[in-house]
Amino acid sequence: MSNDGQPAQDPLIDKAQAEQRRSAAARLFDIRRVIGGLFVAYGVIVTLIGIFDSRAEIDKAEGVRINLWAGLAMLVFGLLMLLWQWWRPAEAPAPNEQQPDA
Amino acid sequence: MDGEGLRLNMNGLDYLILALYFVTVLGVGFAARRAIRTSVDFFLSGRSLPAWVTGLAFVSANLGALEIIGMAANGAQYGVMTVHYYWIGAVPAMVFLGIVMMPFYYGSKVRSVPEYLRLRFNRPTHLLNAISFAVAQVLIAGVNLYALALVMQALLGWPLWTAIVVGAAIVLAYITIGGLSGAIYNEVLQFFVILAGLIPVTVIGLVKVGGWNGLMDAVGDTKLGEAGLHAWQDTGSTANPLGAHWIGIVFGLGFVLSFGYWTTNFAEVQRALSAKNMSAARRTPIIAAYPKLFIPLVTVIPGLVALVTVKGLGAESGDLQYNNAIPLLMRDLLPNGVLGVAVTGLLASFMAGMAANVSGFNTVFTYDIWQAYIRRDRSDEYYLRVGRWATVAAVVIGIGTAFIAAGFSNIMNYIQALFSVFNAPLFATFIIGMFWKRMSALAGFWSLLLGTLVSLSLYLLYKGGVVDFNSDLEESFWGAGLAFVTAVVVAAIVTPLTSPKRDEELRGLVYGMGGVDLKGDVLVGDAAWYRSPVLLGLIAVALAALFYIPVF
Repeated sequence: MSNDGQPAQDPLIDKAQAEQRRSAAARLFDIRRVIGGLFVAYGVIVTLIGIFDSRAEIDKAEGVRINLWAGLAMLVFGLLMLLWQWWRPAEAPAPNEQQPDA
Repeated sequence: MDGEGLRLNMNGLDYLILALYFVTVLGVGFAARRAIRTSVDFFLSGRSLPAWVTGLAFVSANLGALEIIGMAANGAQYGVMTVHYYWIGAVPAMVFLGIVMMPFYYGSKVRSVPEYLRLRFNRPTHLLNAISFAVAQVLIAGVNLYALALVMQALLGWPLWTAIVVGAAIVLAYITIGGLSGAIYNEVLQFFVILAGLIPVTVIGLVKVGGWNGLMDAVGDTKLGEAGLHAWQDTGSTANPLGAHWIGIVFGLGFVLSFGYWTTNFAEVQRALSAKNMSAARRTPIIAAYPKLFIPLVTVIPGLVALVTVKGLGAESGDLQYNNAIPLLMRDLLPNGVLGVAVTGLLASFMAGMAANVSGFNTVFTYDIWQAYIRRDRSDEYYLRVGRWATVAAVVIGIGTAFIAAGFSNIMNYIQALFSVFNAPLFATFIIGMFWKRMSALAGFWSLLLGTLVSLSLYLLYKGGVVDFNSDLEESFWGAGLAFVTAVVVAAIVTPLTSPKRDEELRGLVYGMGGVDLKGDVLVGDAAWYRSPVLLGLIAVALAALFYIPVF
């Protein structure tokens, strides 16, 4: 695959490419915050259920305190997502007409 | 299915978990709305997404309920051989898409898979594929919707109608409002929710049967027997649970069917086209291959656990059909709390599958049918509006096709047959066109048409009892293989008789013609070795081969 020249041209595609220059997609939010938020909420709810699980519920799950463990796991996962977002915030994408060259 | 026996004991907290999820999904749709100004924003997310997002959406778009319910059912019915769908089927095809084909898709800036055919061949080929894709998508969307409604009816006791309309309304809302970004962001979220729902079922299931070794021992005593524990051992003949010879598995499933599905199915490829640059687009299917390697752990294992623990599983009808393997385990093993998460995960997977169909449909309908053949020179705002209406139409038609799907007893095999009819000849046409520059435009058209007709005829002959196969799956393997061979032969015969396309028309579309720029839009950090598509792809394939060793 060589670098010489441009791909074949097509009027419909060129038109779409021109439209892409006024794209608003740079304003997209960060999905990590949504995932993190939902899983923290799930984690808290399920962990609380797990703490107050009755004997019958634990027996149903073959003696595993599954609500407690699954709740804690979801809580940790949610916090990690939020931490990741806080630690590496999404860089604002460059406008389409001037891509950085390296 | 009367469903009474499958009813789950959901309490208020389980419903709270489900409601939280619905609210979040709609919220994501509204938040994505801010990012839509042009049709490219709506249909391709403005080509702005990072690779991990498009990669997880890529795998999630395929992680529909058909996949989860169907693969667990196959796990119970065919045993360990089900892993072929993942390790020789999906993974090599996904890696091939990323390394070899994506430069042509992304580099030529086409907006859809049919559009590639328009540039490479001609308008008849394009129209044929655009229409068959659009039809297939609304049919499959209907199947997803119907499957969703069946599960909601059985597990939650909702009437079939209510379940279909509620599911359709939510998908409609977030795609009409948020476009592809709404669909993709929700798919990433769904990916994690689906796993959060399936992992507890798998873990408790394994505890119940005494771990991996306990499961292996127990499966040996079921009707599946020892043969259910090996992926390759008995494939020298067709005397194995899948009824397939290794040639059929490698060539039919591994090559034609899987490559056809993963590399030409626009509902999948669209996720990669929305990536922010060439490197991210190539990494999209390869990043998706890694979760795909591990998904059999949460589908095939629960299937086997259900086979061992649920007495009488495998009935022709009623609550004990193979398709109910996962719902039965949820009923038997999960206490309230994780039960709510599991139900949410199951519903999330139905919506992910349907959303992928709908967002693929609205793009192909708008760009490849409406803009190319009906109303050509209108403003971008016009096409954005058409896209929103096409979404509404797709969902409404999907509700109609859901009731068609209700007429079929075995949904999974019906879907496989659809793939062998539509995707296999398409893949053959693609792969020849991409690597053989001489292949003419007319050859492309006839390869696609005759390949499709041959596979369709074989399916109809099999259904009519004229031709015999060991299983429906074996028929789809052979149908796919035959379609592929037909397309190749037709291309070889028609091409020398017709005139070739000029070289400059093929730039960026055909291997060895130049015009593909792999590095032109690189971003800081893309050069890191762990972001090399080739290296990542080879590791994924090597892992797939290694995973076979314990279950050979």
